[in-house]
Amino acid sequence: MVTGAPAGGAATSGEPRAAGGQGAAYAVAAQTPDPELPMLTIADLGILRDVEATAEGVVVTITPTYSGCPAMREIGADVARRLAAAGFGSVTVKMQLAPPWSSDWITAEGRRKLAEAGIAPPSPASGQAGQGVAGGRSPGLAGQGVPGGRSPGLAGRSGPVPVKLSTVPSDIVRCPRCGSLSTRETARFGATACKSLHRCEACGEPFEAVKDI
Amino acid sequence: MTDHDNPYDLLAEDHDGGHRWAFGTGFTDPLAGIDTSVPPGVDGAALAGFCLALGDDALIYSHRLQEWLTRMPELEEETAIANIALDLLGQARMLLARAGGILGRTEDQLAFFRAESQFRNVRLAEHADRDFAEVVGRLLIFSSWRLALFHSLPAATDPVLAAIAAKGANELAYHRDYAAQWVIRLGDGTELSHARMQAALDALWPLTPELFLPDASALAHADAGTVGAVLDTVLAAAGLSRPSGATLGPVSGHTGRDGVHTEAMGYILAELQSVARAHPDATW
Repeated sequence: MVTGAPAGGAATSGEPRAAGGQGAAYAVAAQTPDPELPMLTIADLGILRDVEATAEGVVVTITPTYSGCPAMREIGADVARRLAAAGFGSVTVKMQLAPPWSSDWITAEGRRKLAEAGIAPPSPASGQAGQGVAGGRSPGLAGQGVPGGRSPGLAGRSGPVPVKLSTVPSDIVRCPRCGSLSTRETARFGATACKSLHRCEACGEPFEAVKDI
Repeated sequence: MTDHDNPYDLLAEDHDGGHRWAFGTGFTDPLAGIDTSVPPGVDGAALAGFCLALGDDALIYSHRLQEWLTRMPELEEETAIANIALDLLGQARMLLARAGGILGRTEDQLAFFRAESQFRNVRLAEHADRDFAEVVGRLLIFSSWRLALFHSLPAATDPVLAAIAAKGANELAYHRDYAAQWVIRLGDGTELSHARMQAALDALWPLTPELFLPDASALAHADAGTVGAVLDTVLAAAGLSRPSGATLGPVSGHTGRDGVHTEAMGYILAELQSVARAHPDATW
């Protein structure tokens, strides 16, 4: 978990580092909104890794949420524009891939803003992607192990039939509108790489959630 | 920027002095600012070759998924396939940029100006899915294999490749779960959906042994047992049987990794490369 507030000192492994001692440049860069989740700043989202102001200029380090995220170019351009407007001379935007971004890096403030906007914030991602069948957070293949086989007898099934999925996602998502835990995932992927789609059984409203990764 | 009555005005507006004409364009180096020097003790040519192979797998597979867009059975699956294709394209860009940095070529030069025999993707990546069962069946096999391959990369190989793999692994696990859910739903569904899912696996299975062939030039190998255990778990839950029988073997000892491809590959490249080749100086 991170606080999102600029803090001095060395970064601990796995946490984005806020630039200590470079308050002004950091403060400007940190105000940049994410183009696809505009209610969050890039600091809220945990993708602003470092802001370093030197005599030569400012070096901003950002990390992608997903490998193919098309917003990185926009974010880099927007950060550079904001810093230039604030009087910082030469601005360089660098990418950093390791360690990979995790939805755990979304700050408490970011989670509050997401929920306010009707988007369910992510649950804690429980570590690395699964190594094998039962090795990790991946909801589908983790958990119960090999299920008890298929339902008996397909013979005679021709129309729609109820199918008990043994790979239901294990994470329960709370409805950001009414707070009910009685929700179901309607699609594993949403309008952007970082979101999935859900529906609340209590209030009936569909909503988006930021995927745990 | 917010007071446009017509969203097309915003698209037509000059961004960055014409360098960037719409959201997401104006591609820059996906590895900008990352230290891409080859670490001491690492064979640069071998590293470039391996990144090229993994990058080609992702590029060609992504293209095959993109061909399905507008043809998925439901909007949710359309979105899923688009997102998966985008993740793989992102992986391809970083891997080709990594290879290109060593070979002195750009990612675009590698993607658009190589001949078929220079592409090193496995033949499973170029398979043309004929129905939705093949889409999800092939995705299950490919993502399970690629995830195991990424996990097997020794951390010491190359920090850039290790970082790309660590990032990609999270995405691949999600792709695999999406595919697994559909394979189970279809396999354990009606008589018809079961039969078509089994037929899809039967059609795809001959392409799988190539994934586990010994390859002296590879810097990592996916363990056949690990991948097999994942697939068997899903097939058991789905009530499907693991196919057996003939496999698509090497041609005179050569496979996709050596640049020997199926007939489908030429058609893929014709579509993938024609615009870039018609406008070799274009920027995107």
